[in-house]
Amino acid sequence: MTEYAPTHVGTVTKYVVVESFDVTPADLALHAYEISQGAMIKETCFGIVINGKEEEVDRIIAELRKIDPDHIFVKDRGFPPGDARRCRANLGGARPGYNGMEHEMTIIPYISHGLEELKNHDENSIPAPENPMEHKALDIYKLKKLIDAQES
Amino acid sequence: MVKVFIYPATSLILSDMVARFGHTPLSSATAIRERIQTAGLESAPLQITPDEPKKGLKWAAVEVPAGVRGRMSLYGPMIGECEAAIIINDADLAFGCMGCARTNELIKFLIHQKEIPKLELYYPKNEEEGVKFVAAIKRFLTELGASK
Repeated sequence: MTEYAPTHVGTVTKYVVVESFDVTPADLALHAYEISQGAMIKETCFGIVINGKEEEVDRIIAELRKIDPDHIFVKDRGFPPGDARRCRANLGGARPGYNGMEHEMTIIPYISHGLEELKNHDENSIPAPENPMEHKALDIYKLKKLIDAQES
Repeated sequence: MVKVFIYPATSLILSDMVARFGHTPLSSATAIRERIQTAGLESAPLQITPDEPKKGLKWAAVEVPAGVRGRMSLYGPMIGECEAAIIINDADLAFGCMGCARTNELIKFLIHQKEIPKLELYYPKNEEEGVKFVAAIKRFLTELGASK
């Protein structure tokens, strides 16, 4: 076994994902470079990855969010940008973990719509979503309808 | 600021929502980062060493596969630390081998056992559900903030 010497100790890495008609990852990267004071910024197909001291990364993200608050989403990342153990360039194919993000990218437009709607509505006036803990029994009339539909 | 465990622990949407509404998300990235930034013996790719399944014994019995115990050494401390939880049920992305599946079951079981505020949801499938989804999370997180 070989010894492991970590790099980028004491830093944080965050994804900034953009799903917008008005802002592209290139716009975000450019703006991030303008305001960055020593953070590492990498442009990707879905947004940017920022690595640096936590306060610096949070400051950049707070500024970037102002561009399009309802269409910019942020998440932590364990590995620094371009890490050979995770980077697509070294491994080939999609980066491990990208499939999850890709799936959520299909849902993000609904979330953005929700965030936009909440600007005009109080959250308490909106009904609760379906509760997964409620095990609803199949309604007998619905069952009858299904049977009839099959028989006809 | 409340520490909120999110499930799926890699969820971009939940991680963003929790941070957006002023709380701290507990996600797998923070647990992985801790290991990636700690010196020791090389154990690529995630720096999960043979010690992790031993640590996992706190949450799963010895006859439980090492894969589950190793994963629990990442998630167990976060479940212990969390003060609230948001769970998305039947998430398409939370699938995997039996190690992942059993760990997921154990995570949900441990969260349900813990007496903390919990929010159970499904992913939205259209814009209308999206509004309800975001409103439910905002309501939950605002109440958490008010109770602290």
